[in-house]
Amino acid sequence: MQRWLPLFPERASTISAQVDHLLYFEIAIAAFFAALIFTLLLVFAVKYRRRSETERPRPIVGDLRLELVWTLVPMVLTMVMFAWGADVFFQEAHPPRDAMEVTVVAKQWMWKFQQPTGQREINALHVPLGRPVRLLMTSEDVIHSLFIPAFRVKKDVLPGRYTMLWFQATRPGTYHLFCSQYCGSQHASMIGWVYVQEPSQYEAWLSGRRATSVSPVASGRALFERLGCITCHVQAAPQRCPRLESLYGKPVKLTTGQTVIADEGYLRESIIDPQAKIVAGYQAVMPTYTGQLKEEDVLDLIAYIKSLSPPAEESTP
Amino acid sequence: MSSTLTAPSPGTSAPQMPRVHYLNVDYGVKSWLFTTDHKRIAIMYLVVATLFFALGGTFAGLMRLQLLTPHSHLVQAETYNKLFTMHGVTMIFFFLIPSIPAVLGNFLIPMMIGARDLAFPRLNLASWYIYVIGGLFTITAAATGGVDTGWTFYTPYSSIYANTNVVLTVVGIFITGFSSILTGLNFIVTVHKMRAPGMTWGRLPLFVWAHYATSLIFILGTPVLAITLVLVGLERVFRIGVFDPALGGDPLLFQHLFWFYSHPAVYIMILPGMGVISEVVACFARKRVYGYPFVAASSLAIAVLGFLVWGHHMFVSGQSMYAGMVFSLLSMLVAIPSAIKVFNWTATLYKGSVSFQAPMLYCFGFIGLFTIGGLTGLFLATLGIDVHVHDTYFVIAHFHYIMVGGAIMAYMSGLHFWWPKMTGRLYPEGWARLAALIIFIGFNLTFFPQFILGYLGMPRRYAFYPPEFQVLNVLSTAGASILGVGYLIPLVYLIWSMRYGKPAGPNPWSAKGLEWQTTSPPPTDNFIEPLVVEEAYAYAPYTPEDRKRAKHE
Amino acid sequence: MSEITTGSALAHQFDDAQQQQQAATLGMWVFLCTEVMMFGGLFTGYVVYRNAYFAGFAAASHRLDVTLGAINTAVLITSSFTMAMAVHSAQTGKRTALTGFLLATMLLGGVFLSIKGTEYASKFHEHLVPGPDFEFDPLLRRQAYVFISFYFAMTGLHALHMVVGLGLLGWLVVGTVRKRFTAAYHTPVEIVGLYWHFVDIVWIFLFPLLYLIERHHR
Repeated sequence: MQRWLPLFPERASTISAQVDHLLYFEIAIAAFFAALIFTLLLVFAVKYRRRSETERPRPIVGDLRLELVWTLVPMVLTMVMFAWGADVFFQEAHPPRDAMEVTVVAKQWMWKFQQPTGQREINALHVPLGRPVRLLMTSEDVIHSLFIPAFRVKKDVLPGRYTMLWFQATRPGTYHLFCSQYCGSQHASMIGWVYVQEPSQYEAWLSGRRATSVSPVASGRALFERLGCITCHVQAAPQRCPRLESLYGKPVKLTTGQTVIADEGYLRESIIDPQAKIVAGYQAVMPTYTGQLKEEDVLDLIAYIKSLSPPAEESTP
Repeated sequence: MSSTLTAPSPGTSAPQMPRVHYLNVDYGVKSWLFTTDHKRIAIMYLVVATLFFALGGTFAGLMRLQLLTPHSHLVQAETYNKLFTMHGVTMIFFFLIPSIPAVLGNFLIPMMIGARDLAFPRLNLASWYIYVIGGLFTITAAATGGVDTGWTFYTPYSSIYANTNVVLTVVGIFITGFSSILTGLNFIVTVHKMRAPGMTWGRLPLFVWAHYATSLIFILGTPVLAITLVLVGLERVFRIGVFDPALGGDPLLFQHLFWFYSHPAVYIMILPGMGVISEVVACFARKRVYGYPFVAASSLAIAVLGFLVWGHHMFVSGQSMYAGMVFSLLSMLVAIPSAIKVFNWTATLYKGSVSFQAPMLYCFGFIGLFTIGGLTGLFLATLGIDVHVHDTYFVIAHFHYIMVGGAIMAYMSGLHFWWPKMTGRLYPEGWARLAALIIFIGFNLTFFPQFILGYLGMPRRYAFYPPEFQVLNVLSTAGASILGVGYLIPLVYLIWSMRYGKPAGPNPWSAKGLEWQTTSPPPTDNFIEPLVVEEAYAYAPYTPEDRKRAKHE
Repeated sequence: MSEITTGSALAHQFDDAQQQQQAATLGMWVFLCTEVMMFGGLFTGYVVYRNAYFAGFAAASHRLDVTLGAINTAVLITSSFTMAMAVHSAQTGKRTALTGFLLATMLLGGVFLSIKGTEYASKFHEHLVPGPDFEFDPLLRRQAYVFISFYFAMTGLHALHMVVGLGLLGWLVVGTVRKRFTAAYHTPVEIVGLYWHFVDIVWIFLFPLLYLIERHHR
């Protein structure tokens, strides 16, 4: 980690090498064209330097074929760059179905992580080697951005909605995590570490924290009862409120005729601003919980609702 | 309107200043502050823009000093955040956007098309006042506590959470935006309606084409920024719900509206410079620009395509993956017209007669550095790479290569090229070449290490950084100090030359173009004798045989 | 500009009156393009939120006074008619008619702004303004808040443009009294006419978007 003049960050995720190879490809193309232009400039400057004040070169108008060549060749090359980059991007947007879920709540100026089994960390994230990890992220205040250079991943973290980032670590070690969206005075201090551990070490770390942690699902169930969600969504007649079993990940038809997927964002909106989308066949009677819940509470409720569905639904970005 | 036109023919006496010209036709502060002469207005813009450049440069200098050590206490984090914000705001809105259009464009466009002035001279003066007033608001914001949102004003930080002078700053930028809009309006109407007989669109200098394209962006893009900043201000003051999620708003809507202007804005900052390069390369290679129609069309293509790519600033913002893909593809396409220009400028040197005065040295610098900056733009347009380098020093390096290595070099090139025309005096060539070299070296040392820093993972807008990034930061700061010296040298000798420089005569460079057919400095109404409107860049007798022969070269 | 009663005042940068007139007209059209882009930003935001918050937008829209809005629409359309008549009067050299129609346009513009003022005042009384005093059915409060924000921003920007328009019309009246405009030279009247028609058109978009959401259900 402490090198005198580092040039590249470590590669510690399944996508790191792909991103680096894409970079090398683009460096090669860029270097080629830069060298071409610089060489031509140099050669022309020397070869055609003015030797007498009265010399008048003939006017050369141009050549359509040459223009087409140096238009189309770069176009083709840039399309290759686009396609390769889009492929990497696509992979980054689609975590594997069996990814373990970590929730992230960012606030000025710290990162709050919660493991799927409930352990909480601040400005640190322990993950096991070789398992895909999916981060579901939101902010309590302004826009932040989670950046882990060694994994080559980054995603903004927004207030009022969820964003997703996933990775699979390939090397044990300790890696920087940064906030990379300016968020106020202590932006440069909103940094931390990702600890990639062998699975056994990771389990040991989890056990060490088990006494002080409650799983999000359990917290969510408790909230679900305390806040009265259970009176409508479980105890009342099914015609009054939609049922939540097997809801997560399924399409939902709305009163507007639109169909949406019940992902985490939909669930959050349904809790904070239930009037935004009314399920077809139901009345707009659900009260809003804006201001009554912390972001962690909403995440816990969502974890509980997800637990009511069959496991391993592939989540949408 | 009397003046003696002194033609520099070999063997006769040295050129002299004309007796009466636009600078000495009238004296006194009022004759300047109430002028409607586009040339005087250009000089007033030059003075104010230089002051803003010095201010923005000072902010940058302090930033680079802070970044010498990983956890410096030179300034507090809050102050550093204000420094980078004010550096961006000052440089972008008060220097880069106005510089070439308002200084060189104002001075030259009427002359290049054979007109006596712009279409709306009083509107031109109003543009200058609006620029100054907007600048005063922003300086006041800086002096009374500063603003720390970043020049990008992302919400909800800027609209709800920041407790610095946001409203004062956005009001200043809003006001100055109208300076741009009115200048663009003036240029468009001037180019459409004020061309001298014989000056067809196909004969327009590429400098004019470039400014025409820039003006399209001025009028279509700037108003969107204006209303967006108004909404930020209203959200701050009246708590309207537009961008704050707590009130039902969408922070991504701000980003879309903001970048819809601010991406085309970067083309506002580079297109005029490209126009300068076309003129200077043609003159110092004594050849018409290769592929004139393609260079002209590429300016328009950049203006149009530039409006379609704003989402490439938002690949990791939470916008949909498909939107990202569309914007990535379009961003690749917008690079092509710029590449076409670079190839055509290079081809212009082929079989030319090349000389290396300071304007041409700056051109070489531009073509090289803009090429690097533009190529690194492709890296950023590539989705997979951008996810890693977005909001890191890689981006900072990319846009400084274009803005400083490109636009400011072009500005220096143009300033030196047309300095004799504007002031009637020659600048000292030796010092100018030395300064160009120092600037080139200082620039590369400042910004090349930042590409590496960015890929390593150093985020932008950081007052502190992990220790392993220090060596690269030290190199960058060293370069910045050299760059600063490089910019001071022209300041000194250009001012010196206004008093002590050798009289230049009408056409010291033997250039083509209508502006060189009149005295240096020109009279108030620009031209004394009837103009000969010939085709652009007629650097050699152009017979039908030449045209036939040229097709085969 | 020097006042010459017999013809146009030709500015020194122009070669002839026709060039000057064409430049002024093109200039106003270009300026109106910038105005389209400025209002366009607001309209874009409005469309985005209306799509996301339709129920709240409809509910809040029903709290606007559609009668007053309709009257205002008729007032503005009439004022565009009087403006067009003013331009026609200028083109045919009829000074008295020109003055009359300009004043009529100003009067109608003033009526519009007064009605707008009463609308705003009633919104204040009903606590339908952005800020801590905002009151609405809690189910739709979030969404209605965004609607009201856009209502004030859009109609406010429009009203500002109307005030500027009234100022321009007043300047034209002064010019007419001073005999500046003739059949040969009346470019300022024409380009202010363009501006006024533009402000009218913006309202014609604003009215249905803001006032007429789902009115047919009532």
